[in-house]
Order: sequence, then C-alpha cells, then structure tokens
Amino acid sequence: MRKLWQDAKHNFGNIGIIFILATVGGWFIFMILLPQLIMIDYSFRPLLPLRKIGGPEDVYTLKNYMVLFTTPLHRAIFFKTIWSSIIVTFVAFAICYPISYYLAKMARGARFSLLMMGIIIPYWINELLRLFAWQLILSDVGILNNILMFLGIAGEPINFRSGNSAVILGMAYAYILFMIFPLYNAIESLDSNQIDAARDLGSSWFRIHRRIVIPHAKPGIAVGCIMTFMLAAGSIAAPLLLGSPSSFWFTQLIYTNFETANWNQGAAYAMVLAGLCLIFIMLMLKLFKVSLKELTK
Amino acid sequence: MLKSVGEAVEFNHVSMRYPGTESNAVTDANVHIKAGEFFSFLGPSGCGKTTLLRLVSGFLDPTEGEVRIGGKDMRGIGPNKRPTAMIFQNLALFPLMSVAQNIGFGLEVRGVSKTERLKKAVELLELVDLPGVENKMVGDLSGGQMQRVAIARGLAVEPAVLLLDEPLSALDLKLRQHMRTELRKIQRRTGVTFVYITHDQGEALTMSDRVGVMTGQGVIDQIATADQLYNEPQTAFVADFVGENNAFAGAVTETDGDYAILNTESGSLKGRNRLNLNSGQKAIAFVRPEAILLAEDSTAVENILKFTVKNLSFEGSFITVFLDTPGGQTCVMKQNNDGSTPLMQTGTEIKVCFSAENTQLLPYGEVSYA
Ligand SMILES: Nc1ncnc2c1ncn2[C@@H]1O[C@H](COP(=O)(O)OP(=O)(O)OP(=O)(O)O)[C@@H](O)[C@H]1O
Ligand SMILES: [Mg+2]
Repeated sequence: MRKLWQDAKHNFGNIGIIFILATVGGWFIFMILLPQLIMIDYSFRPLLPLRKIGGPEDVYTLKNYMVLFTTPLHRAIFFKTIWSSIIVTFVAFAICYPISYYLAKMARGARFSLLMMGIIIPYWINELLRLFAWQLILSDVGILNNILMFLGIAGEPINFRSGNSAVILGMAYAYILFMIFPLYNAIESLDSNQIDAARDLGSSWFRIHRRIVIPHAKPGIAVGCIMTFMLAAGSIAAPLLLGSPSSFWFTQLIYTNFETANWNQGAAYAMVLAGLCLIFIMLMLKLFKVSLKELTK
Repeated sequence: MLKSVGEAVEFNHVSMRYPGTESNAVTDANVHIKAGEFFSFLGPSGCGKTTLLRLVSGFLDPTEGEVRIGGKDMRGIGPNKRPTAMIFQNLALFPLMSVAQNIGFGLEVRGVSKTERLKKAVELLELVDLPGVENKMVGDLSGGQMQRVAIARGLAVEPAVLLLDEPLSALDLKLRQHMRTELRKIQRRTGVTFVYITHDQGEALTMSDRVGVMTGQGVIDQIATADQLYNEPQTAFVADFVGENNAFAGAVTETDGDYAILNTESGSLKGRNRLNLNSGQKAIAFVRPEAILLAEDSTAVENILKFTVKNLSFEGSFITVFLDTPGGQTCVMKQNNDGSTPLMQTGTEIKVCFSAENTQLLPYGEVSYA
C-alpha cells in the first residue's frame, strides 16, 4: 500500500494525485454510489403523498418487496423473465460457440476478416434500429413469412410475435457480440497442438470439444453467459418492440412503476433484478468452477 | 508388457507442397523405415521435418506419392485412425487433466474403463521411469518429467509407430543428454518404430539406427547409419552439416583408381573418389579437423600444405588451431594434447598433412564455407 502511494507520488506528483482522487472519487461517489444508495433508500420506504413524506408514516419497510410475493401476476412475470433470459443465453451460446471456434481455430486471412466484419458491422447501427429490422422481418407481411409461404412451408402468415419467440430471437441476436468475444478470446488462447494431440490419440470431434476445448474455454463461457443473461434480463427495448402482451418483461414492470410515479415500488423491483443478476453471477462461477480472479484475466 | 509391435513406414516418391506456396516442403522422399527401427530425420530449421512427420501422422496428405504404414497406403485415413502416436515439439499435454488422465486419454477414447486406464497409466509410468506421479497435475512436473508423461501418453494407445517432433529441444543440455539414453531404452523395451526428427546431429547420431539427412525444400540427401554419415558422406551438404569439416573447393585434374587429385587454391589434394568424379568436374575436398596433423620432415603422406597459424584455443585434452590458408580461407585443426604438446605461436608458418584416405572428394555443392 505504501509502495503504491510512493509510486503514485513519483509518477504524478501531489497535485496530480489530488486531481486523480478528486475526479475518480467524484465520479464514483456521484455517478455510482449515490444513485444506488438513493434507490435502495427509496425501495424500503412506502409510497406516500408528498405532504406525508418525512412524517410518522415514513418508516423503513419491506412492503414494496412483499408485493412481488403477493401478486401472482408479478411473480409469474419475474420467473418468466428469468426463464426466458436463460433461454436467450442458451440460444446465444449455441449460435456463438461454433462461430467462435471457427474464428479462433480455423478461419485464416480473408475469410477471418470477412466474418469478423460481418459480426461487428451490424453493431455500428443503433440497437433500436436493429430491433425494428427484426420487427419487419418477423411481421405478418415480412420477409420470413413471405419466404415460408413461397416455399409452401406455411399456408398463411405465422404470427411469430405472439409468444416469447420473437423477443428471445431478437435478444439472442442483439447480444451475440457479448457472447462471441469472450468465447473467441478463450478458445483462441488454447494451444492448437492440444487439439491435434487429442485427434492423434483417436478422439472424435465431439470428445475434443467436450474434454479439451470447452474445459479450457470455461472462463470465457462464464463471462459470455453472465453478460448475455444480464443484458437479456435487463433489456427493455427488445420486449417493447418485439414483444406481445404475453411476453411482458420484468423490466417493463419496473418501467411502468416509474411511469406511474410509484418510484418506491419501481426501486424495489429494480433491486430485485440487481439481486437476481448477482445470484446468477455466483451460480455461473460455481457451475464453471471459475474464480473471480480467473474471470478478469 | 506392451502388445504393440512396430510396423514399417514407407515413403514412396512423396512430395508435399502447401497450397498457395511456391516451393515444395518435401521433395520426392523415398525412405523405407523398418519395423522396430529407431529412425531419425536430421536437417536444419525449416527444411520440412515437421511436414514429413505430419504426413505420417495423417494431419497432411502428400500432393504426390504415397505413405505406407505396415504396407498399407494411408491416403485419406485421418490422424485418429492411424496406428501412430505423435509427441509434439511442445508436448501438448492437457494442462487441466492429471497425469493419469493425460496418459489414459487415448484409452478413454477407446472406451477402456477407468480402473483399466489407471492401471495402464501406472504401468506406463513405470516403463518411462517415472513411477508414483499419476495423481499429479501436469503443471506440477518438471520439464523432463513432462517429457516422459508425453511419451507414456503416446505409448498408451499401443501405436505401431511413435513420431517424435524435436521432443528434447526445450530441455537443458544435461537433461537432454540423459533423455537420449532414456528414449533409446524405451524404444528397445517396446519394439515400437520410432521416427524422430531433430536439427541436433548429436541426438540423431547417438540414438538412431539410421539417419536421413535433409536439406532445403525437404530433399533427403543421404540415408545411412551414424558412422557411415560421418565417414562416408554422399553430398557436400552432408559432409558439411554432420560434424566439423574443412572444405577445399576446386576441380578434379586426374583420377587414379579409388582416388583422384583435386586442384584447389591451397594446393593439389589427393582424396578418396568414392563417387567416381571425372576429370574437370568441380568438387570439394573435405578433411576433418582431427585428421589434420603436423607434418615432420620425414612424413610420407599425400597431402602436405603450408598454413599460417591465426589463433588457437586451448580446450584441455585437445587444442583447436585456426589456420590461414593460401586460398584466404580458414582451416581448423584439432591437436591432441598429451600434456607436453608445445603451443604453436600465432603468425608462424607451419606444415600440416593429411592422408588421401582421410580426404573425401565430393561433387560441388553449397556449403557454409569453401
Ligand atoms: N501450414 C503451412 N502453410 C504453408 N507453408 C508451410 C506450412 N507449414 C510449413 N510451411 C513451410 O514449409 C516448410 C517446411 O516447414 P516445416 O515446419 O516442415 O519445417 P521444419 O523442418 O519442421 O522446421 P523447424 O525445424 O523450424 O521446426 C517451411 O518453409 C515452412 O515455411
Ligand atoms: Mg518443425
């Protein structure tokens, strides 16, 4: 600690240190810590008319949190959001693992650049625009239905947007990048000779992935899954634009609360969502037997 | 202990060119490696050794010719289906598995039960003289120990041919020399055909039954036993690459039975003409440093030359003397030191001699100095 201090002093001088502490500290306190603390404070207070705030009824309570357990609809939406986010994570992983492996171990030269650009360039476009594009693709008179009907697979337009599927598909697509990059990084760092060695010892491709590639890529898989799950669970644009009444997302519930000026309820639900994400991170770390240190490697 | 018996490996007119490259990585290789033989390919970096090995293991198929193992053409048969096992240059052990799991991996693939695998791992660790480490993680082993585990992992699948890609290059000198004898021992015990590649001639000459010397673009210059390579090189490259040699370039002036006379800038030299060079042909006379002696007045050998002492380095049991030749090149001479050998003075002119028997005449070719 003292060494750190002395190094800093040597490198930046006293004024430099004060400047760094002031900016970084200020940013941390005002932009991160305070808003969160205010939210937590809100979440534990009852919703009161303005004149009663600060009065005898304004006491800390768990009431806002209990609403989730006493309202079956909210509870259903909550669990459905978890479940759907897990599916999104799964779908994204299933799509991204082969792509990442191909990018990391097989694609060379021009093919690599082309594929990489194909993955990155769509992200130069705003997320909302991409979701609108999906809306167009999936609509009753959209491209997908046109193709299906042209091929005679569907007799009449399929309503893709009735259930969860459009939302899940849209999200899986929206977050592909956040899954591909951790996976690609992890797989890329695997010594290709290990793959060759396994093959040389007679292993099938399936076993090579199960025993060599996936165990090596675990930290990357954990990071990719955590990011995708958190983005999916916290997404509001995709369910708004691609959703149907039956795909109501927990974030939409939070949003509605804030909209209807029930900030306390909204804050409590936001905290629940944050807690959920924290639990998911812990679970993934346990599941993949990865330590936090390995993740930041 | 091991059922496996070696099988022969044949290269029949094998050439290999990587797609999109200008030149061959292997050119017209014709090698017949016998079953149970310890065969080494020796060549400088980038000459196509790894490519040759990958043609046997099945990661590559030749552009021309065929590779046969045990008499069977291997074209189209993948690396997981060939009776070979490869020891990689960097070993490529699986770091997330224990030693036993590493060794047992090939057996796991073949559906062998866990207890059987462990038994086999223990057995193989015994074979490579590394008992008792089956439960360690490979990261906890030393370089030499990892080496043995890699060999055990290769042998576990009972291959007919074990392919070794410079497996000792990462080890320090002492361990490397120790592992040479160990490898040879393991090969004898198992009877598996070893195909070993290296750029280290010491390794190739000490361990192998036969050595194939490779030059650029994967051309195999000579296949012979160690002593044949050293004593009777077939090309200038082999003479230059294997062991130390002095080279005097010139043209053949006359032939005389098994011998011929070469006219060089340092004088006329008589040497063995094993390859039947003709008069007028460009050639190089090779003389080993240890074959060069100080000439007495009474010496009656064929080649006597006057050189100037440039400098010398005293190495204990022998003295290396660097000589300037009239042709402007350096000639190296190794003088045995029996404790009373007087040191030569630099700058003095001395008379040296070497017999025609110890002088090899070979067709002209690129050498590092001539
Ligand atoms: N995948 C490849 N694509 C194109 N050219 C290659 C490929 N692999 C090797 N080469 C070329 O083929 C030649 C032989 O390579 P190889 O790896 O077989 O040499 P080597 O003798 O094993 O060298 P080293 O001693 O450095 O390991 C080299 O010129 C190399 O550049
Ligand atoms: Mg090589």
